[in-house]
Amino acid sequence: MTKKTLSRRTVLKAGAGTTAFALAGSGPFHFIRDAWAQDYRNAPTGSTVTLGFNVPQTGPYADEGADELRALKLAAKHLNGEGDGGMLNTFVYKNGEKTALDGNGINGKKVEFVTGDTQTKSDAARASAKRMIEADGVVMVTGGSSSGVAVAVQGLCQEMGVIFMSGLTHSNDTTGKDKRRNGFRHFFNSYMSGAALGPVLANAYGTDRVAYHLTADYNWGYTTEESVKQFTEAQGWETAAAVRTPLGAGDFSQYITPVLNSDADVLVLNHYGKDMVNSLTQAVQFGLLDKQVNGKQFQVVVPLYSRLMAQGAGDAVKGIYGSTNWHWSLDDEGSKAFVKSFGQEYGFPPSQAAHTCYVQALLYADACQRAGTFRPCAVVEELEDFEFDGLGNGPTLYRGADHQCFKDVLVVKGKENPESEFDVLEVVEVTPVEKVTYDPEIFGGQLGPCNDGV
Amino acid sequence: MNKVLLGSESKRSDWILLVAFSIVVLLGPYILAPFGAGYPDLLQRFAIFGIFAIGFNILLGLTGYLSFGHAAFLGVGSYTAVWSFKLLSMNPILALFFAMLLAGVFAVAIGYICLRRAGIYFAILTLAFAQMSYNLAYSVLTPITNGETGLQLSQQDPRAIDALFGRDYGAALPVSDLFGIEMTGYPGFYFCGVILIIAFYISIRIFRSPFGMKLRAIKSNQNRLNYVGINTKPYMLVAFVISGMYAGLAGGLMAVTDPLAGAERMQWTASGEVVLMTILGGAGTLLGPVLGAGIIKYFENIFSAFNEALLMETFSFLPAGLQETLVAVLSLFVGKGWHLTLGIVFMLIVIFLPGGLMEGFRRLVNLFTRPPDQGKSERAPAAQAQPAE
Repeated sequence: MTKKTLSRRTVLKAGAGTTAFALAGSGPFHFIRDAWAQDYRNAPTGSTVTLGFNVPQTGPYADEGADELRALKLAAKHLNGEGDGGMLNTFVYKNGEKTALDGNGINGKKVEFVTGDTQTKSDAARASAKRMIEADGVVMVTGGSSSGVAVAVQGLCQEMGVIFMSGLTHSNDTTGKDKRRNGFRHFFNSYMSGAALGPVLANAYGTDRVAYHLTADYNWGYTTEESVKQFTEAQGWETAAAVRTPLGAGDFSQYITPVLNSDADVLVLNHYGKDMVNSLTQAVQFGLLDKQVNGKQFQVVVPLYSRLMAQGAGDAVKGIYGSTNWHWSLDDEGSKAFVKSFGQEYGFPPSQAAHTCYVQALLYADACQRAGTFRPCAVVEELEDFEFDGLGNGPTLYRGADHQCFKDVLVVKGKENPESEFDVLEVVEVTPVEKVTYDPEIFGGQLGPCNDGV
Repeated sequence: MNKVLLGSESKRSDWILLVAFSIVVLLGPYILAPFGAGYPDLLQRFAIFGIFAIGFNILLGLTGYLSFGHAAFLGVGSYTAVWSFKLLSMNPILALFFAMLLAGVFAVAIGYICLRRAGIYFAILTLAFAQMSYNLAYSVLTPITNGETGLQLSQQDPRAIDALFGRDYGAALPVSDLFGIEMTGYPGFYFCGVILIIAFYISIRIFRSPFGMKLRAIKSNQNRLNYVGINTKPYMLVAFVISGMYAGLAGGLMAVTDPLAGAERMQWTASGEVVLMTILGGAGTLLGPVLGAGIIKYFENIFSAFNEALLMETFSFLPAGLQETLVAVLSLFVGKGWHLTLGIVFMLIVIFLPGGLMEGFRRLVNLFTRPPDQGKSERAPAAQAQPAE
């Protein structure tokens, strides 16, 4: 055993050693040399092109993730000309012309994909996306569930120079203050949910209501609460209180009891996933819906619905209003084609998460096909202000100013007499796109320049 | 060589160990390429979590205190580094300095309170502090941490020092750079790698120092030390702060290679992960924690990426029926089932090699270099290194 911990000599030696390592460390710069040979990152050279499907396979949103992955695999299949082609048959441009995609891959290259697990954590999601970009050579990353993950991965794709087609993300920030030139969102957002819900709620429940908000205590909850408040107050409603609840609380009884003692006659649950299932079920168990306040029947509202959640909540969703991006019971040609091929493949109807991911994959592929290249900046140019139809939501615009899709928003209600376990929501109103469109400046943020990654 | 692996305490074997370690780290991209892990991001993660685990080992392996809250320091380091990027400069040295400093200050405060208790009570106290930090970062401190979305750089950041030197990053978001070398990809890995080697060297020095002996004494019998008149508190606090600063350094490096800080970095599962890393590799050994960190990160990034299509392709040489059965069974353990595989590996190691992977190496070395009768007596001291506390 040595007696002294540090002698002058050891310090000198250590210093010399460190310098040597530092010098050795600067040697391997030849590694990055090859990156300059391409004129954009991960330019596909062989007969295939690889896409990255980055979805939560474990963690609280694993159900949504599994459904997204199913849809993305289906999209890859259809792009390669296998299966019945799904929405490739209904996808049309503004002028009614059919999509440039011909079932022969993208730009003549067969579509391959790699998968990853985001764990619904931004760190894990970025690690997984980085693996796809650095090790697997993907030109595009899609998927995700949760806005935090979407914003984090979008930032990464911007820095590294690939395209990000976000999946399920509902926060205003994704195309608001955190928007990026290389990132695109087909899904709707909190603002559009609020804009669609406000008038419908006023019609159904009157204009002199008092609302009580329970809000998931994180970014998505805040933006949803803010938007719903804004639009219900515009209809004449008052807001009694807005209470933040911890994420994943499990038991919401301590938050629901004060609602009974307030003079509110509507409860708005800005919750998602398991939280929504729990809080809604408990609100119903507490008998809120049977109560009379101020001479009016008490009501509950869930701003963001998904079929997977509604199934989880069971009978509790009956008669409860909310908004959704897409629903499998829609009877336009695109939705029918998608539901049919998804059903044939997996034996049950797709969720809205599956739909938005499938559509994003198709939109990306189509933009590459029209651009004739996978170069990110060229794809960005094709997608900005692109108008299309036949993908299940009616005529849609990919707005260039913030990369947000504008389309009709569905207001849905829990079905009173469901015919099957999947038939839990009914569409009560399709809010036209003009009513949910907003000025891109209101959320701040900048797109910045596009990045080719070299 | 066996002396080196067995952790023999001669100066010469320490130097051999350090040189061998450095060579492995610096040649990492070549060595790990055949395993699919030779790409910069995963290599960076190996180095960063290696540093985290080395620091944690000073507390768990040497002092015998099991902390379940070290992810809090990792998070503090990350947030500090990102704020340093936003306010001062994109230079990683500055960011790492502040990350270690602030993590150290946090560690003094938390350690001062938690070290009043030992064993399970200490573990629960640290866990409580980490969970509080997580919740603060996730919602309460949203103005500082940007909540769930995570703290990111933006074009409007002041970057005072960079502005002073007339550094302009243009319209795109800046990346951290060490005097002109951008800290992404392989340069980023080599930066982390060199810091890992320095961290490893410091850990060897701590293990061999009288201070390290005191920590070991605390682990073996704190009462006895108290009776001979040694106040153990300051030593434990210093060990706690050192490990906290290692964690802060790791957190800072995460922000250097990828300038974003999210709250889930501080979640209790992240604290548990570093405990697993240390125990999997071998608590109390020099190399063990780094190995453990490597294995866990490898599983997380590589095993989770395998999907059925890939498996089908791999076993395409088998007859169709056999191929499908094999894929159906194996797909339970990869992709979304990667936690299952990790669990099994962890279980096997804890049951058969309680001293972690390093005990496995020790047994192997003993098997080949000692006569059988001597080998038995050599196992007894090895068993002492169990991290039962």
